[in-house]
Amino acid sequence: MDMFLMFVKAFVIGGAICLIGQIIINFTHLTNGKILVLFLVIGAVLEAFGWYGKLVKFAGAGASVPISGFGYALVHGAVQAAKQDGVYGALSGGLAACAMGVSIAIVSGYIVAVLFHPHTKKN
Amino acid sequence: MAMNGEITRDNYKAYVFEKMPKSSHWKNMIWAFLIGGTICAIGQGFIFLYSIWFSTQDASVLASATLVFIAAMLTGFGVYDKIGRFAGAGSTIPITGFSNAVVSPALEFRAEGYIYGVGAKMFLVAGPVIVNGVTVSVIIALLTLLFGG
Repeated sequence: MDMFLMFVKAFVIGGAICLIGQIIINFTHLTNGKILVLFLVIGAVLEAFGWYGKLVKFAGAGASVPISGFGYALVHGAVQAAKQDGVYGALSGGLAACAMGVSIAIVSGYIVAVLFHPHTKKN
Repeated sequence: MAMNGEITRDNYKAYVFEKMPKSSHWKNMIWAFLIGGTICAIGQGFIFLYSIWFSTQDASVLASATLVFIAAMLTGFGVYDKIGRFAGAGSTIPITGFSNAVVSPALEFRAEGYIYGVGAKMFLVAGPVIVNGVTVSVIIALLTLLFGG
Protein backbone atom coordinates (compact mmCIF):
# COMPACT_ATOMS: atom_id res chain seq x y z
CA MET A 1 0.00 0.00 0.00
CA ASP A 2 2.88 2.30 0.84
CA MET A 3 4.36 1.52 -2.53
CA PHE A 4 1.06 2.26 -4.30
CA LEU A 5 0.75 5.61 -2.50
CA MET A 6 4.29 6.51 -3.63
CA PHE A 7 3.33 5.79 -7.26
CA VAL A 8 0.28 8.04 -6.91
CA LYS A 9 2.36 10.84 -5.35
CA ALA A 10 5.01 10.55 -8.08
CA PHE A 11 2.31 10.64 -10.77
CA VAL A 12 0.42 13.60 -9.32
CA ILE A 13 3.42 15.80 -8.43
CA GLY A 14 5.32 14.95 -11.63
CA GLY A 15 2.18 15.56 -13.66
CA ALA A 16 1.54 18.84 -11.86
CA ILE A 17 5.06 20.14 -12.60
CA CYS A 18 4.59 19.31 -16.30
CA LEU A 19 1.13 20.91 -16.20
CA ILE A 20 2.64 24.16 -14.88
CA GLY A 21 5.16 23.99 -17.72
CA GLN A 22 2.41 23.46 -20.29
CA ILE A 23 0.46 26.44 -18.93
CA ILE A 24 3.58 28.61 -19.27
CA ILE A 25 4.11 27.34 -22.84
CA ASN A 26 0.47 27.96 -23.75
CA PHE A 27 0.64 31.57 -22.68
CA THR A 28 4.20 32.57 -23.59
CA HIS A 29 5.20 30.19 -26.44
CA LEU A 30 8.65 29.72 -24.91
CA THR A 31 10.84 27.25 -26.81
CA ASN A 32 11.74 23.89 -25.29
CA GLY A 33 15.27 24.96 -24.41
CA LYS A 34 14.07 28.01 -22.50
CA ILE A 35 11.45 25.96 -20.64
CA LEU A 36 14.10 23.43 -19.63
CA VAL A 37 16.47 26.15 -18.38
CA LEU A 38 13.61 27.93 -16.57
CA PHE A 39 12.55 24.82 -14.65
CA LEU A 40 16.15 23.84 -13.96
CA VAL A 41 16.84 27.24 -12.38
CA ILE A 42 13.56 27.13 -10.42
CA GLY A 43 14.52 23.73 -8.98
CA ALA A 44 18.03 24.98 -8.17
CA VAL A 45 16.83 28.14 -6.42
CA LEU A 46 14.17 26.24 -4.43
CA GLU A 47 16.91 23.85 -3.25
CA ALA A 48 19.01 26.82 -2.14
CA PHE A 49 16.43 27.14 0.65
CA GLY A 50 16.22 23.37 1.06
CA TRP A 51 12.61 23.27 -0.14
CA TYR A 52 12.99 21.09 -3.22
CA GLY A 53 14.64 18.36 -1.16
CA LYS A 54 11.46 18.16 0.91
CA LEU A 55 9.40 17.74 -2.25
CA VAL A 56 11.75 14.94 -3.39
CA LYS A 57 11.30 13.19 -0.04
CA PHE A 58 7.53 13.50 -0.39
CA ALA A 59 7.02 12.65 -4.06
CA GLY A 60 10.16 10.65 -4.99
CA ALA A 61 10.50 10.43 -8.76
CA GLY A 62 7.62 12.91 -9.12
CA ALA A 63 10.09 15.60 -8.06
CA SER A 64 13.45 14.10 -9.10
CA VAL A 65 12.56 13.12 -12.69
CA PRO A 66 11.41 16.56 -13.96
CA ILE A 67 14.30 18.78 -15.06
CA SER A 68 13.83 20.85 -11.88
CA GLY A 69 15.11 17.73 -10.11
CA PHE A 70 18.31 18.06 -12.16
CA GLY A 71 18.73 21.61 -10.82
CA TYR A 72 18.02 20.28 -7.34
CA ALA A 73 20.66 17.56 -7.71
CA LEU A 74 23.26 20.10 -8.92
CA VAL A 75 22.69 22.45 -5.99
CA HIS A 76 22.28 19.67 -3.44
CA GLY A 77 25.58 18.08 -4.57
CA ALA A 78 27.42 21.40 -4.65
CA VAL A 79 26.19 22.53 -1.21
CA GLN A 80 26.87 19.15 0.44
CA ALA A 81 30.39 19.04 -1.00
CA ALA A 82 30.98 22.69 -0.08
CA LYS A 83 30.12 21.92 3.54
CA GLN A 84 32.74 19.17 3.48
CA ASP A 85 35.54 20.56 1.32
CA GLY A 86 34.85 24.30 1.12
CA VAL A 87 35.43 26.06 -2.20
CA TYR A 88 36.83 22.88 -3.78
CA GLY A 89 33.55 21.11 -3.03
CA ALA A 90 31.40 24.04 -4.20
CA LEU A 91 33.08 23.84 -7.59
CA SER A 92 33.11 20.07 -7.99
CA GLY A 93 30.10 18.73 -6.09
CA GLY A 94 27.33 19.81 -8.46
CA LEU A 95 28.64 18.21 -11.61
CA ALA A 96 29.79 15.15 -9.65
CA ALA A 97 26.21 14.59 -8.47
CA CYS A 98 24.86 14.79 -12.02
CA ALA A 99 27.77 13.10 -13.78
CA MET A 100 25.89 9.89 -14.43
CA GLY A 101 22.82 11.49 -16.03
CA VAL A 102 24.92 13.74 -18.26
CA SER A 103 27.32 10.95 -19.26
CA ILE A 104 24.50 8.55 -20.10
CA ALA A 105 22.80 11.23 -22.20
CA ILE A 106 26.02 11.96 -24.12
CA VAL A 107 27.04 8.34 -24.65
CA SER A 108 23.57 7.16 -25.66
CA GLY A 109 23.29 10.23 -27.90
CA TYR A 110 26.46 9.16 -29.65
CA ILE A 111 25.32 5.55 -29.94
CA VAL A 112 21.95 6.59 -31.38
CA ALA A 113 23.61 8.96 -33.84
CA VAL A 114 25.83 6.14 -35.09
CA LEU A 115 23.17 3.42 -35.22
CA PHE A 116 20.00 5.18 -36.35
CA HIS A 117 18.94 7.26 -39.30
CA PRO A 118 17.38 10.67 -38.83
CA HIS A 119 13.59 10.71 -38.97
CA THR A 120 12.43 13.61 -41.02
CA LYS A 121 9.89 15.55 -39.05
CA LYS A 122 6.48 15.40 -40.65
CA ASN A 123 4.38 18.21 -39.30
CA MET B 1 -4.51 41.32 -38.74
CA ALA B 2 -3.68 41.03 -42.41
CA MET B 3 -0.16 41.32 -43.68
CA ASN B 4 -0.53 44.71 -45.32
CA GLY B 5 1.93 47.55 -45.05
CA GLU B 6 5.42 47.22 -43.76
CA ILE B 7 6.57 44.00 -42.18
CA THR B 8 8.39 44.60 -38.95
CA ARG B 9 9.71 42.06 -36.54
CA ASP B 10 6.88 42.73 -34.11
CA ASN B 11 3.93 42.63 -36.43
CA TYR B 12 5.32 39.56 -38.14
CA LYS B 13 5.43 37.78 -34.78
CA ALA B 14 1.81 38.75 -34.14
CA TYR B 15 0.91 37.56 -37.63
CA VAL B 16 2.51 34.15 -37.12
CA PHE B 17 0.88 33.90 -33.71
CA GLU B 18 -2.52 34.50 -35.29
CA LYS B 19 -1.99 32.00 -38.11
CA MET B 20 -0.68 29.24 -35.83
CA PRO B 21 -3.04 26.29 -35.57
CA LYS B 22 -4.90 26.73 -32.32
CA SER B 23 -4.76 23.59 -30.28
CA SER B 24 -6.99 23.47 -27.31
CA HIS B 25 -5.26 24.70 -24.17
CA TRP B 26 -7.26 22.34 -22.01
CA LYS B 27 -6.43 19.30 -24.09
CA ASN B 28 -2.72 20.26 -24.04
CA MET B 29 -2.73 20.64 -20.30
CA ILE B 30 -4.45 17.31 -19.65
CA TRP B 31 -2.01 15.47 -21.93
CA ALA B 32 0.97 17.20 -20.30
CA PHE B 33 -0.28 16.15 -16.87
CA LEU B 34 -0.98 12.55 -17.88
CA ILE B 35 2.23 11.91 -19.84
CA GLY B 36 4.44 13.81 -17.38
CA GLY B 37 2.87 11.96 -14.48
CA THR B 38 3.27 8.61 -16.24
CA ILE B 39 6.98 9.20 -16.94
CA CYS B 40 7.53 10.11 -13.27
CA ALA B 41 5.56 7.04 -12.12
CA ILE B 42 7.76 4.83 -14.34
CA GLY B 43 10.77 6.55 -12.76
CA GLN B 44 9.35 5.70 -9.35
CA GLY B 45 9.07 2.08 -10.45
CA PHE B 46 12.79 2.07 -11.32
CA ILE B 47 13.60 3.67 -7.94
CA PHE B 48 11.79 0.80 -6.19
CA LEU B 49 13.59 -1.72 -8.39
CA TYR B 50 17.07 -0.27 -7.77
CA SER B 51 16.33 0.20 -4.05
CA ILE B 52 16.65 -3.59 -3.76
CA TRP B 53 20.41 -3.27 -4.35
CA PHE B 54 21.29 0.39 -3.70
CA SER B 55 20.60 3.24 -1.25
CA THR B 56 17.59 5.46 -2.01
CA GLN B 57 19.77 8.28 -3.31
CA ASP B 58 21.78 6.02 -5.63
CA ALA B 59 18.56 4.34 -6.75
CA SER B 60 17.13 7.75 -7.66
CA VAL B 61 20.21 8.63 -9.75
CA LEU B 62 20.14 5.24 -11.48
CA ALA B 63 16.41 5.56 -12.17
CA SER B 64 16.93 8.92 -13.88
CA ALA B 65 19.86 7.49 -15.86
CA THR B 66 17.66 4.58 -16.98
CA LEU B 67 14.95 6.97 -18.15
CA VAL B 68 17.58 8.99 -20.05
CA PHE B 69 18.78 5.85 -21.81
CA ILE B 70 15.26 4.66 -22.68
CA ALA B 71 14.33 8.11 -24.02
CA ALA B 72 17.51 8.16 -26.13
CA MET B 73 16.55 4.84 -27.73
CA LEU B 74 12.95 5.96 -28.27
CA THR B 75 14.30 9.11 -29.93
CA GLY B 76 16.40 6.91 -32.20
CA PHE B 77 13.30 4.98 -33.24
CA GLY B 78 11.41 8.25 -33.75
CA VAL B 79 8.85 7.34 -31.11
CA TYR B 80 9.67 10.08 -28.59
CA ASP B 81 8.93 12.89 -31.00
CA LYS B 82 5.57 11.31 -31.76
CA ILE B 83 4.73 11.31 -28.04
CA GLY B 84 5.99 14.90 -27.81
CA ARG B 85 3.58 16.07 -30.47
CA PHE B 86 0.62 15.76 -28.15
CA ALA B 87 2.30 15.57 -24.73
CA GLY B 88 3.96 19.00 -24.98
CA ALA B 89 5.57 19.92 -21.68
CA GLY B 90 4.68 16.43 -20.41
CA SER B 91 7.49 15.06 -22.56
CA THR B 92 9.80 18.12 -22.44
CA ILE B 93 10.14 18.75 -18.72
CA PRO B 94 10.94 15.24 -17.44
CA ILE B 95 14.63 14.25 -17.69
CA THR B 96 13.61 12.21 -20.75
CA GLY B 97 12.98 15.52 -22.54
CA PHE B 98 16.56 16.55 -21.76
CA SER B 99 17.74 13.26 -23.22
CA ASN B 100 15.61 13.84 -26.31
CA ALA B 101 17.12 17.33 -26.64
CA VAL B 102 20.62 15.79 -26.62
CA VAL B 103 19.98 12.85 -28.92
CA SER B 104 17.69 14.49 -31.46
CA PRO B 105 20.20 17.07 -32.83
CA ALA B 106 23.02 14.52 -32.56
CA LEU B 107 21.11 12.30 -34.95
CA GLU B 108 19.91 15.16 -37.11
CA PHE B 109 23.39 16.62 -37.71
CA ARG B 110 25.29 13.37 -38.21
CA ALA B 111 25.69 14.31 -41.86
CA GLU B 112 28.00 17.13 -40.73
CA GLY B 113 30.39 14.60 -39.25
CA TYR B 114 31.10 13.18 -35.84
CA ILE B 115 33.19 16.09 -34.56
CA TYR B 116 31.31 19.23 -35.58
CA GLY B 117 28.02 17.52 -36.36
CA VAL B 118 27.26 15.04 -33.59
CA GLY B 119 29.79 16.37 -31.09
CA ALA B 120 28.82 20.02 -31.27
CA LYS B 121 25.10 19.94 -32.07
CA MET B 122 24.44 17.50 -29.22
CA PHE B 123 24.78 20.50 -26.89
CA LEU B 124 22.35 22.80 -28.69
CA VAL B 125 19.89 22.51 -25.81
CA ALA B 126 21.97 20.54 -23.30
CA GLY B 127 24.63 23.27 -23.40
CA PRO B 128 22.39 26.07 -22.09
CA VAL B 129 20.93 23.67 -19.51
CA ILE B 130 24.32 22.57 -18.18
CA VAL B 131 25.90 26.04 -18.36
CA ASN B 132 23.05 27.68 -16.45
CA GLY B 133 22.68 24.80 -14.02
CA VAL B 134 26.37 24.65 -13.13
CA THR B 135 26.67 28.43 -12.81
CA VAL B 136 23.64 28.70 -10.52
CA SER B 137 24.70 25.73 -8.41
CA VAL B 138 28.25 27.04 -7.90
CA ILE B 139 26.96 30.49 -6.95
CA ILE B 140 24.47 29.01 -4.48
CA ALA B 141 27.12 26.73 -2.95
CA LEU B 142 29.56 29.64 -2.56
CA LEU B 143 26.84 31.80 -0.98
CA THR B 144 26.01 28.95 1.39
CA LEU B 145 29.69 28.80 2.37
CA LEU B 146 29.83 32.57 2.91
CA PHE B 147 26.68 32.84 4.97
CA GLY B 148 26.84 29.37 6.51
CA GLY B 149 23.35 28.39 5.22
